[in-house]
Amino acid sequence: MAEESQNKLVYAGKLGYSFRRHLHERFIETFLFLSAILSVAIMLAIIVMLVKESVVFFRQVSIWDFLTDTQWTPLFDDAHYGILPLISGTLVSSLIALLVALPMGTIIAIYLSEFAPFSVREIAKPFLELLGGVPTVVYGYFALLFVTPLLQIIFPELPGFNLLSAGLVMGIMIIPYVSSMTEDAMRAVPMNLREGSYAMGATRFQTSIRVVMPAAFSGIAAAYILGISRAVGETMVVAIAAGMQPNLTWNPMEPAATITAYIVQVSLGDLPHGSIGYQTIFAAGLTLLLITLVFNIIGHLLRKRYREIY
Amino acid sequence: MRSEKSLEEIRRIISLHKRLDLIFMITGIVALMIAIMTFMALFAHMLIDGLPRLSWEFFTSFPSRRPESAGILSAWVGTTLVMLVTAAAAVPLGVGSGIYLEEYAPRNLLTEIIEINVTNLAGVPSIIYGLLALGLFVYQLGFGQSILSAGLALALLILPIVIVATREAIRSIPITIREGAYALGATKWQTVSDHLLPYSAAGILTGIIIGLARAIGETAPIITIGALTFIAFLPPSPVKNEFPFVSFEWLTAPFTVMPIQMFNWVSRPEEAFQLNAAAAGLVLVIMTLAMNGLAIYLRYRMRKNIKW
Repeated sequence: MAEESQNKLVYAGKLGYSFRRHLHERFIETFLFLSAILSVAIMLAIIVMLVKESVVFFRQVSIWDFLTDTQWTPLFDDAHYGILPLISGTLVSSLIALLVALPMGTIIAIYLSEFAPFSVREIAKPFLELLGGVPTVVYGYFALLFVTPLLQIIFPELPGFNLLSAGLVMGIMIIPYVSSMTEDAMRAVPMNLREGSYAMGATRFQTSIRVVMPAAFSGIAAAYILGISRAVGETMVVAIAAGMQPNLTWNPMEPAATITAYIVQVSLGDLPHGSIGYQTIFAAGLTLLLITLVFNIIGHLLRKRYREIY
Repeated sequence: MRSEKSLEEIRRIISLHKRLDLIFMITGIVALMIAIMTFMALFAHMLIDGLPRLSWEFFTSFPSRRPESAGILSAWVGTTLVMLVTAAAAVPLGVGSGIYLEEYAPRNLLTEIIEINVTNLAGVPSIIYGLLALGLFVYQLGFGQSILSAGLALALLILPIVIVATREAIRSIPITIREGAYALGATKWQTVSDHLLPYSAAGILTGIIIGLARAIGETAPIITIGALTFIAFLPPSPVKNEFPFVSFEWLTAPFTVMPIQMFNWVSRPEEAFQLNAAAAGLVLVIMTLAMNGLAIYLRYRMRKNIKW
């Protein structure tokens, strides 16, 4: 009998201790929850900050002018606030980059996933990863001082700053992102689909194009979308190699500023906080965020629509 | 049933497809080679231009108007300090939210929002983080154009990388480990801190290193904050002679970092400065390559050693 009550005491002591333990657990869980919710807070902060400053900007400049004026000269006496020249620069350089990155990235991914022997893949994958780790400012240097002179041999009239060289280098830079995500998606396709295809007498190429790629479509779409947002948001390569003059053009042989290059240009100067010049970079940033957001939503819808579950 | 195609035709089709297969394989190898050769060209070009400039003085001199006596002292010190802030902020927050999402989060709408949001954050252009930091840290919170603002901006930027790496590392631990711990009466946090974290440490570390390697090379957000490009002094030292021996004055000091120094030199017309840019770029590339290489090596070893 005495022994039993003693046991109860021991349990009671343990229970008291475990209440503290419970508090400790709750405390940690709260910290972990707060750090997880922080990512949502960051997203909200980005949107609030961009919208807040842009609202002040759009009180002085009408949205109509912003979207239709063909000149972007906010820092001149004769100020024009038309975003079109920056958008054209962004689109042209991104388009060139994507014309390089998407086909090359896809071909490399198919090769590595379906054709390459194990040893080649083990060497090539880390190499591509290193390629993706090179700082963008270094790629900018490379575009300005290596690729542009090289292109000038072919096109002697090419100016020192141009969208072509920036876009090409940006494309090379994006290849690793596209290829690694595409390859992951293709490798996730179950083996028996391939085996079925081979059993029908298909070659590896036919299997990759007609069986594996459609099955991996949602992952490949995600890779492409990521590549597009990278190209649109890339800053240093275009700021260094494409020049900083806003220029409404669709000709890649000309110099032109992108949205990102403009933000860099303004930040390098010393604009007072609260001036209209200061607000323009937020309006430009909001435009950029909206463009990437549209692509992200398209990607999300594509993934949902075509998701294959095995 | 007789085939409508003659044997001849079928043979022709088969050999055509076999040829296509071969052609594609060659295309694949060529594409891979182009990517790798570009990297080689980039590295070689920088090596040729930059190597002659790399000397002890280059690392111990401040930037200067005369290219031959300019160095990267303030830049590499700035980069080191900014990385300290970035790591101090991004590691606990990133690992913490990775653990939460993987081990604690209930399956509900909020969790789903957080998960989608992490994916979206990874797709936000880096310069947007710069604008956020400019509005929030520099002006709203009054940190100024300082090491603290820059470090926090980069921390936000690499947060998704750390979160995803943590989640993947923890997810790969089999459920039996958790069940074993719970069976012995461990609480959730004891399970996490005594078992899950140690077993996933290598994977998490890989993610942190890749994130920091990305942060070291990031230029755009730091330019947006308004880092100066010409800094000929060092921030105040973090170590003091008198009590309390540590000082945090450096957090609010103006600064420059390696990629900004390089950008500054690239954008000058004089060729001598571009040689300096090549040398700075070389240091930067070697730093990021070393970090990425370490991460790849860690992952390789991990995959080899761990068999659940």
